[in-house]
Amino acid sequence: MSGLRLEGVRKEFVPGRPVLQDVDLSVASGDFVCVVGASGSGKSTLLGMVAGLVPPTAGRVLLDGREVSGPGPDRGLVFQTASLYPWRTVAQNVAFGLEALGLPRAARRERVRWLLDEVGLGHLAGALPGRLSGGQQQRVAIARALACAPRVLLLDEPFGALDVQTKEDMQLFVRQVWQDVTPTGERPTVVMVTHDTEEAVFLARRVVVLSSDPGRISQEIVIDLPGPRPLEIRRSAEFLRIRAEVEDLVRAEHRAHQARLAAAPT
Amino acid sequence: MTAAEAMPRQDIERAPAAEGPAPRRTRTTRPLTRSVSARTAWLLRCLSILVPLAAWQAVSASGRVDPAFLPSPSAVWAAGLDMAAGGELAADLAASLGRIAAGFGLAVLISVPLGFAMGTLGWAQPLLEPAVGILRYLPASAFIPLLIIWLGIGEASKVALLVLGVVFFNTLMTADAVRQVPRRLLEVSATLGASRPRVAARVVFPYALPGIIDAMRVNAAAAWNFVVVAELVAATSGLGYRITRAQRFLQTDRIFAILVVIGLIGLAIDVALRLLRARVGRWAR
Ligand SMILES: Nc1ncnc2c1ncn2[C@@H]1O[C@H](COP(=O)(O)OP(=O)(O)O)[C@@H](O)[C@H]1O
Ligand SMILES: [Mg+2]
Repeated sequence: MSGLRLEGVRKEFVPGRPVLQDVDLSVASGDFVCVVGASGSGKSTLLGMVAGLVPPTAGRVLLDGREVSGPGPDRGLVFQTASLYPWRTVAQNVAFGLEALGLPRAARRERVRWLLDEVGLGHLAGALPGRLSGGQQQRVAIARALACAPRVLLLDEPFGALDVQTKEDMQLFVRQVWQDVTPTGERPTVVMVTHDTEEAVFLARRVVVLSSDPGRISQEIVIDLPGPRPLEIRRSAEFLRIRAEVEDLVRAEHRAHQARLAAAPT
Repeated sequence: MTAAEAMPRQDIERAPAAEGPAPRRTRTTRPLTRSVSARTAWLLRCLSILVPLAAWQAVSASGRVDPAFLPSPSAVWAAGLDMAAGGELAADLAASLGRIAAGFGLAVLISVPLGFAMGTLGWAQPLLEPAVGILRYLPASAFIPLLIIWLGIGEASKVALLVLGVVFFNTLMTADAVRQVPRRLLEVSATLGASRPRVAARVVFPYALPGIIDAMRVNAAAAWNFVVVAELVAATSGLGYRITRAQRFLQTDRIFAILVVIGLIGLAIDVALRLLRARVGRWAR
């Protein structure tokens, strides 16, 4: 089976206190899924398990039918803070994964240059990350993940720390990356965590709502909007309707969680 | 409405309009900063050297202190020139520097890999930390008699003292520097396909290097102290040895001259490592 599958995934950091439970999720190859949910609902843990950094307590994570047992360059990961190598130039940062793959220097240089041009940072190839703005750093982090031509791109609240304007630019950028920017010509599957419902509806083809404590997938909404999405689509009636629907679901989850907390004996 | 019901409401209505005295002036506060202008800093640096020097000159010029106890700055300068002209200063300097190169170098060669392992490998930390942590508290100077019994009064015992004095501290401080590497950076490196040895060499080491050099700088000062201590006890060359010689003939001016040289060399080592740190850690600015 082509794509990403989570089967009965459960995660306990403390035995008997599952953070995630009974998570079943299928993401077709080339799809764009956003995961929304309250803070602490286990979104990062979910991505960590797909990345192979967090072993599931039970259940399986499958990529193209093969069980994920550890991190690897077929699943690129980008965090909220860019986590770049501060002593490496922008180009050297993007080249890191290619060095690990053992790509020859000339091929490396060529792919790095192509990627940096694609993400609009060609002129900063020789700069150190410390000189870059937050948005530029995130572009580098995304380019670095894309350099290895991953099957899956995992984004963990990648724009949470950016100002509104930069965030908008980056959202368009990610849509464009998903549509066009792939070293192999094959569209990567994107799984993105966010707590911004507008962002989720704007970017994703499918939005997954995670409930809290334990995190489970409570709803999945197919975003029935056209492929190319200009920013103005956010003001369309259809967009607003879907967004309201997602917001209501997240709010309902939040309320239910609060109610459970209030009812629970301490 | 009864009075009892009305009372609280009156209280609430009155509350916002604070009737106490208004603050007379807005108080301005200044953040605690530790910076002064570059010019002021240089002025203060000069004062930090010149004021003690002037005090020294004043005390010895007053004639109240026997020059055999406290020679004048000019007498010390003359004694220094005298030793430099005789060639013994250069020979002693070379001997001491050779020992620090050997002893401190060896200590670094042992402690950096050890500390690196402690900071990166899960099992190395609990295995090494207790032993190193205890050994660090044993004063190296107290090992001098033992080292002389074990290794004689030759070079080996002096190098060993330096190693003992530096290796434990430098191991722990290196491990600390290595542990500063953010977990996210290690995780991202793994997702980029880098093996663990590769992450250690290409991520952990470069990230920790400025901190490792900082640790070395701190411990180089200790090493320089230990060289002189070792030479005071048993040696036939070196700056420490020269001090004991001068003591025998009550040549306090020479002792002072050597102390000045020791201070200056120490400062030079410190500045050199600072420059190296600044070069290696340019990205951290
Ligand atoms: N390494 C860990 N050890 C223990 N608890 C953890 C760990 N990682 C996450 N958790 C806990 O799991 C829950 C979900 O965390 P996380 O996945 O980061 O949530 P989210 O990303 O949705 O905010 C939180 O209660 C958090 O405290
Ligand atoms: Mg999170």
